[in-house]
Amino acid sequence: MPDKIALEVARYTPERDKEPKFETFEVPLRKEWVVLDALNYVKDKVDGSLSFRWSCRMGVCGSCGMMVNDEPKLTCATFLTDYAPGPVRVEPLKNFPVMRDLIVEITDFLTKLSKVKPWIIRKEEKPLSEGEYLQTPDQLDTYKQFSMCINCLLCYAACPVYGLDPLFAGPAALALAQRYNMDSRDQGSDERLDILSQHDGIWGCTFVGECTQVCPKHVDPAGAIQQYKLTGTQEWVKSFLMPFGGK
Amino acid sequence: MPTFTAYPTKGYRVRVSTYWWLGRWAYLKFILREISSVFVAWFVLLIILQIRALGKGPEAWAAMEEFMKNPLVIGLNLISFLFVVFHAVTWFNLAPKAMAVRMGGKRVPNIMISGPNYIAWIVVSAVVAWLLLRG
Repeated sequence: MPDKIALEVARYTPERDKEPKFETFEVPLRKEWVVLDALNYVKDKVDGSLSFRWSCRMGVCGSCGMMVNDEPKLTCATFLTDYAPGPVRVEPLKNFPVMRDLIVEITDFLTKLSKVKPWIIRKEEKPLSEGEYLQTPDQLDTYKQFSMCINCLLCYAACPVYGLDPLFAGPAALALAQRYNMDSRDQGSDERLDILSQHDGIWGCTFVGECTQVCPKHVDPAGAIQQYKLTGTQEWVKSFLMPFGGK
Repeated sequence: MPTFTAYPTKGYRVRVSTYWWLGRWAYLKFILREISSVFVAWFVLLIILQIRALGKGPEAWAAMEEFMKNPLVIGLNLISFLFVVFHAVTWFNLAPKAMAVRMGGKRVPNIMISGPNYIAWIVVSAVVAWLLLRG
């Protein structure tokens, strides 16, 4: 095994550059090193100005998502040796505006996420003295997969619909909406329906399915969206047959 | 359409290439799946034309048969057949994604949803083949 690997890193400083360009760094190729370790090596030893987001180093925080050789990856879980002899090309996540080097602007996602109301909505809160809202393991199981989302946005980088139509709500926001819709403690699915069943909601999805493929937590956003399309259609038929009732 | 967007205008944005679907097999497969609808429509049109010819009488039917024997039409139908099979297979495989059926507290395995689709497809195909080939 060679002891070095070339890391081609996208660099962009808005005050100076018109567009991003690549800078190549030779980094040690170690069996236990992930791409994030290589980036930290560059920042510590070679160029302190290299900018990127990271935090937990263990696939939980969802901060270190980047394009590695054109695939959306958590760089903390992507081993350098898998790309030997190299080069490894690291770019900011696709489909988002680049702020600096490997950092993207994610306000759009955060706005959309809050629009789908990803929290438990009760028609009437029960008093604290009555205790928790209980749930069986089976009820938990219905939505647990969707609750594993860490908002790393790899799915947005993989989604061509989001790239072409930035108004599309996107995989993670829709999957998280479905997570709360399927939660037995939640009563807010009516409130979410209006937002989700718009053109920019579930119907924007053309089922490319790549969001599910790249998800590091196996959330299956594509599945969540298709399931919601079924629910949305049923609700539409219901409202069509019973325009004044049923609610 | 909303007249404004909360989407940030700051930052460097890369325009999505018109040929984004050529770079990755999964994207190309998706585009082929979408295009398959055109070939499905062609088969529907063909059946309508055949029914019309059948209703018009033996001469119209003979002309239709002549048209179907044209090598270009045979070629087009062969390509259409492959696309329609691709269309059916991808749809059957997608069905379990949209239908999260739960029984006895467990999610029903994918094969239990797509399996009956395939079985129904084979049975219907066999019946059609029997009708056509029994002589």
